[in-house]
Amino acid sequence: MTEQVLSPASPPSPVPGAPPVMRRRRTWRRFRRRPMAMAGLVLVTGFLLLALVGPFVTADPTSQDYAATLSPPSPGHPLGTDDLGRDVLARIATGARTSLQAGLVSTLLAMVVGIPIGLVAGFYRRWLDPIVMRLVDVVLAFPFLIFAVGLAAILGPSLRNVIIALSVAQLPGVIRITRGEVLAIREMDYIPAAVADGATDPYILFRYILPGAAGALIVQATVAIPTAIIGEATLSFLGLGVQPPTPSWGVMLTSAQQFLSQAPWLAIWPGVMIALSALGFNLLGDGLRDVLDPKEGPR
Amino acid sequence: MGWFILRRAGAAIIVLFLGSALVFFGIRALPGDPATVLAGQEASQEAIEAIRHDYGLDRPLPVQYVDYLGRTLQGDLGRSTQDKLPVADIIIERLPITIELSLLAIAVAIAIGVLTGIVAAVRRGRFADYMATGFGLVGLSVPHFWLGLLAILLFSVTLRWLPASGYVPFTQDPVGNLERMLLPALVLGTGFAAVLMRQTRSAMLGALSADYVRTARSKGLAERRVVGLHALRNSLTTVVTVLGLQVGVLISGAVVTEQIFVIPGFGKLTVDAVATRNYPVIQAVVLVTVVAYVLVNLCVDILYAVLNPRVRLSGVAGD
Repeated sequence: MTEQVLSPASPPSPVPGAPPVMRRRRTWRRFRRRPMAMAGLVLVTGFLLLALVGPFVTADPTSQDYAATLSPPSPGHPLGTDDLGRDVLARIATGARTSLQAGLVSTLLAMVVGIPIGLVAGFYRRWLDPIVMRLVDVVLAFPFLIFAVGLAAILGPSLRNVIIALSVAQLPGVIRITRGEVLAIREMDYIPAAVADGATDPYILFRYILPGAAGALIVQATVAIPTAIIGEATLSFLGLGVQPPTPSWGVMLTSAQQFLSQAPWLAIWPGVMIALSALGFNLLGDGLRDVLDPKEGPR
Repeated sequence: MGWFILRRAGAAIIVLFLGSALVFFGIRALPGDPATVLAGQEASQEAIEAIRHDYGLDRPLPVQYVDYLGRTLQGDLGRSTQDKLPVADIIIERLPITIELSLLAIAVAIAIGVLTGIVAAVRRGRFADYMATGFGLVGLSVPHFWLGLLAILLFSVTLRWLPASGYVPFTQDPVGNLERMLLPALVLGTGFAAVLMRQTRSAMLGALSADYVRTARSKGLAERRVVGLHALRNSLTTVVTVLGLQVGVLISGAVVTEQIFVIPGFGKLTVDAVATRNYPVIQAVVLVTVVAYVLVNLCVDILYAVLNPRVRLSGVAGD
C-alpha cells in the first residue's frame, strides 16, 4: 500500500522514495566531485567535437600534394604531411570519425542484441539460461582479437565488417552482465510484489528489471567503447580493417611505420589520439562505476 | 577435488567441441565454393578438384565435420595453400617463438604489475597510489602496437641501443635472441602489467581491510610481515585468476607485437594467413588458439581450487 502511495510505477531507486530527478542530480553532484572522472568527460567531449566538427574545419584529408611529402609540422600543415603529401591534421580529424563510428556503433549493436538475450536468459533461468550461457562460453573461448581477426578473414576487410566483428566479440560480455544483474534483481522483494499485482513478464522485465540493471550496463558500455576503438585501430593497423585511402588512426600508423626515422611525427599523433580517446572513456567509465554501481567500485 | 576437476574438464571439452564446430562451419559459411577458397586464388581446376576430393567436400556437412574432428585429433590440420607444407608442422615451428615471447612478457608484467599494485594498495590515497593508478589507466588505453612503434623510435632509431626487428633462434645465438626479444617483451608485458596492477591493487585493498589483517596488526606483527605474509598471500589467488583470464589479451597482444617487430611467431603466422586468405592455416591457427585458451583456463580453475579451498567445496569457481 505505502509503496503505491510513494511511487506508483517508478522503478526501484537506490535512494528509497527519492524522485528520479533528484537522484539524477545527486549522481551528477557525486560525479562532479571526482577530478579523474571530469577529466574523462572533458577528453570524451573533445573527441566527440573533433569527430563531429573537425572534418568541416580542416583541409581535405585525401588531397595529395607531391611537392610537400613527409614535411614536418608547419603553419600550413600544423601536424605535418604524410608520404603522399596529405595533411595529417585533416586525416586525424576524419580518422576520429572512423574511430567514433567503430566505438559507438559496435557497442550500441552489442547492447541492442545482447541486453534482450541477457534479460530473457536471466529471467527464464530453467530452460533458456543453460543454452545461452554455453554459447556465451564458446564465444568467450576465442580471444577478442583472434575472434575479430577470424571474422574479418571470413567477411573481408572493411569498416562495416570491423564493426560487425567488434560487436559480436562484445556480445558475450553484455549478455553476461545483463544476466547477472537480472539474477540479482529478481531476488528483490518488489518483483514478487509486481507478480502478485498481475504484471506481465515483459512489463516486469522492462519496467522493473531493466532500469535496475541500467547502471551496470552504462558502465559496461563506457568500458567497451575504448576496447572497440583500440580494436578498430589494431585491426586496421594489421590491414584487416578499414582500407586506405579512408583515414583511420590505425591505417595512419601502418604507413607511419615505414617512415619512422624520416618522419617520426607520423607515428606520434594517431597514437596519441587513440590513447587519449581510450583514456577518456576509461576514466569516464571508472567514474561512472564509482557513482552508479557502488558494489563494483574500487573504493 | 577429483569431482571438481572432472566437472571443469567436462565443461572445457563441451566448449572445445562447440568451438571447433564454430571454426569449421565458420569457414564453410564463406561465400562461394569452399574448395575454390581452400585451394587459394590462383589454383587450377585440377587442384580444386583434388582439394574437393581430399577434404571430402562432396559429402554431407555433418559427415565432413566428424571427419575433420577425427583428422584434427590425429594431428592432421591440412596443408597450407601457400607452400603446401603440413599446417601442423608450420605451427610446431612457430609456436615456441610466441611461447618464449609470452613467458618473457608475463615475467615483465608480474614484475611491474604486481609490485606497483601492492605499493598502490599499501600507500592508498597517496602520491604513489595516484602514480600507479594513473599508470594502470594509461596502460589500458595505449594500444600495444603504438607502444611498439614508440619503443622502436626511442630505443632503435634514436638511441640505437637495440635492434628494431628480426629474430634469431635462442639455440643459435642466446644473446642475440634475448636482445631482439627484450623490446617486444617489454611492450607486450607493459600492457599486461596495467591489468595486473589494477587487479592486484583492488585484491590487496580487500585483503588489507579484512579481519585477519587487523588481528595480525593488533598482535604486534611488523607491517612488512602483515603485508607480505598475510595480505599478499591471499591476494595471489586473484593474480592467478587474472593471469588466466587475460591469456586472451596476451595472445591478441602477441599477434600485434610480432607484426611490429617482425618476429616469425604464431601471431605473425595468423596475420599473414588472413592477409593471403590461406584458409587451412587460418582454420588451424584459430583452433589452436582456442584449445590453448581453454586449457590454460582449465588449469587456472584447478589451481584456483587448490589455492582456495572454499571454491572446491562450493564447487563454483570465481566468475
